[in-house]
Amino acid sequence: MTHSGHIRDRVRELLAAHDPGSTDRLEFLRARFDAGLAWVHYPVGLGGLAAPRELQQVVDAELDEAGAPDNDPLRIGIGLGMAAPTILTYGTEEQKSRFLRPLWTGEEVWCQLFSEPGAGSDLAALGTRAVRDGDDWVVTGQKVWTSSAHTARWAILLARTDPDLPKHQGITYFVCDMTAPGVEVRPLRQITGEAEFNEVFLTDVRIPDAHRLGAVGEGWKVARTTLMNERVAIGGAAIPREGGMIGIVADTWRQHPELRTPELHARLVKLWARAEALRLTGVRLRQQLAAGAPGPEGSGMKLAFARLAQDISGFEVELMGEAGLRYDDWTLCRPDQVDFTGRGPGYRYLRAKGNSIEGGTSEILRNIIAERVLGLPSEPRSDTGPWKDLPR
Amino acid sequence: MNLLYSEIEEDLRASVRAVLTDHCPPSAVLARLESDSPCDMDLWRILVELGVTGLHVPEDRGGQGASLRETAVVMEELGRFVAPVPFLGSTVLATTALLACDSDLVGSLASGTTTGALAVPLTAAPGSPFPATVSASADGLLTGRVTSVVDARAASLLVVPVAGPALYAVRADAPGVTVTEVVSLDMTRRIADVSLASTPGVVIASGDQATAAVEAALRAGAGLLASEQVGIAETCLEQTVRHVKDRHQFGRAIGSFQAIKHRLADLWLELVCARATARHAADALTRQADDADVAVALAQSECADLAVHAAEEAVQLHGGIGMTWEHPAHLSLKRAKVNQLALGTPGEHRMTLGHMVHLLMDIPSRR
Repeated sequence: MTHSGHIRDRVRELLAAHDPGSTDRLEFLRARFDAGLAWVHYPVGLGGLAAPRELQQVVDAELDEAGAPDNDPLRIGIGLGMAAPTILTYGTEEQKSRFLRPLWTGEEVWCQLFSEPGAGSDLAALGTRAVRDGDDWVVTGQKVWTSSAHTARWAILLARTDPDLPKHQGITYFVCDMTAPGVEVRPLRQITGEAEFNEVFLTDVRIPDAHRLGAVGEGWKVARTTLMNERVAIGGAAIPREGGMIGIVADTWRQHPELRTPELHARLVKLWARAEALRLTGVRLRQQLAAGAPGPEGSGMKLAFARLAQDISGFEVELMGEAGLRYDDWTLCRPDQVDFTGRGPGYRYLRAKGNSIEGGTSEILRNIIAERVLGLPSEPRSDTGPWKDLPR
Repeated sequence: MNLLYSEIEEDLRASVRAVLTDHCPPSAVLARLESDSPCDMDLWRILVELGVTGLHVPEDRGGQGASLRETAVVMEELGRFVAPVPFLGSTVLATTALLACDSDLVGSLASGTTTGALAVPLTAAPGSPFPATVSASADGLLTGRVTSVVDARAASLLVVPVAGPALYAVRADAPGVTVTEVVSLDMTRRIADVSLASTPGVVIASGDQATAAVEAALRAGAGLLASEQVGIAETCLEQTVRHVKDRHQFGRAIGSFQAIKHRLADLWLELVCARATARHAADALTRQADDADVAVALAQSECADLAVHAAEEAVQLHGGIGMTWEHPAHLSLKRAKVNQLALGTPGEHRMTLGHMVHLLMDIPSRR
């Protein structure tokens, strides 16, 4: 049984053997992984100690206090939040030991090749083809909305291996080498001016069968693990009152009395109340989890957050008056991660439009709530036949 | 801060729900609407026996020694059933005022031997000026009029704010008391105008204590009303979900249409968020937390509109059936709409909230 005392001893041993002040960052992160302190709930030998997940907080706090470097989790979010749990659940022993360590240290960045121009909300309709050729698969198709594709070494990839089966059944899950011949990454510029995402063109890319995750044709089942983890990751951490975007707007209001009108005041307080209500909902959700009784409430958090972020950021541009006519910078750049607070109101307004699209559109999330939480019947389906016969 | 329901609270909920399921079905509430006895005093006596009238009253003052958190759970259940009992007027408003006055009369309200009402208009919000429409003569007789007093007709004891300020206990059958019931929008919880003409009463608090007692009652009332609003919304959502699963048009259950299921998903999400604020208010009131006023204003801001939205969706999504007198959806609608005005509108609460969290409207003079 691993408890917090034991964990603290391990942290102390790590710090004694690798003084963060004098140890190279990467060397320290590798040592931390090897000590089982990367993600304590992972198995021994794969960066963990098979310990309860909550104990990670103990590790993080102790290492933070000692001034140890972290693995810059926001930069490698897709690897940590989506690829890693999927590899852990479905990977072979070879895959786990090859991929997880450099994934966690950030030496190898991961991206996700799921969505396609013709398969967004209806992801299972994807058409990128993988054809078996000896020990390899040959993959051809087009992927889109791929964050980090330009910095990634590896991708998790969904491709169709049998077009004669119904759409959910003919999909297989792979790990794709982003440096392989035939992989072409093009920046995709967004309404904000920046290119957070990419288009990825795959032309006769060879993927060894050893890089398949899960069985042939089981890709949809594997992908569900990935997507479930994505929504948990987006669900959000604990924040203090006025901790989110509402805090920026409230500060502007307090510092600029000349911007105030009664009509804006009424709307601001309404937004403040909604933000605080959503924050308390998150607090309540975590209390439910801590009490061992997770409710279905979690599935609504992303939907509520998206709407609130859009309403607050739209309000903020209006509040700014003349300054709201200006934009901070339209220069095309390729950021590593989304920075809501470091940019201007116009940027926040435009970027927040993506909140109701990325990681499941708000419309799809409403279907999920209606069907899985409220138990309402689904729409009649017209896409149950072989994938190749579906209209597109 | 604890935003969950404790095991004890869930047990209490189960007991109250069992009583209401047996004794307060929609048919019974509907049948009573136009009768001469709008309050169901038989049901009230059963609830009194269950002990729910003294939950937040300490044991040494004749109560159960629980807290407003438990009383809030009872409010949720009463809201679900739109129960026609004087719980808000007697157990929440009058009892809280008497508790704050150290008055012995609180014991009789806690035990249910007496039913009380706080003589303020139902629209009075926490933080509003002390009501002074009744005045006392030099020899202590009260004269004046208070309009729109909730649960007044069921009350044998009126707790009356009097200019001064002071708080008086007045027997409803005392000389000069007239309680005139008005035609209420919510017929399950009626209001009445109360007139006093040289009526004798007993001073139970004066000065700051009287002001604080009325304020405490209005604050607890507004905070706990949020729980009732959550209960109303919950039952409207459940009934509507049941209906749209069952009702078929165009060869399929209407609940399979996204136009309908998305509205219900949104309503569910609103309910989830509002419930957190209602629990937060009940918890903050119980702990007498520093930000209890913020918690109450926030809860009213979110829950009052939620209940109206839920009831309006219930009427709309039941289609023509929802528009009929015989279907109970209108009971929830009327209760929810009246609750939106009761103890401060959401807009009034947001004005207070803005002030409390330093989001001010006033424009400081510039040098």
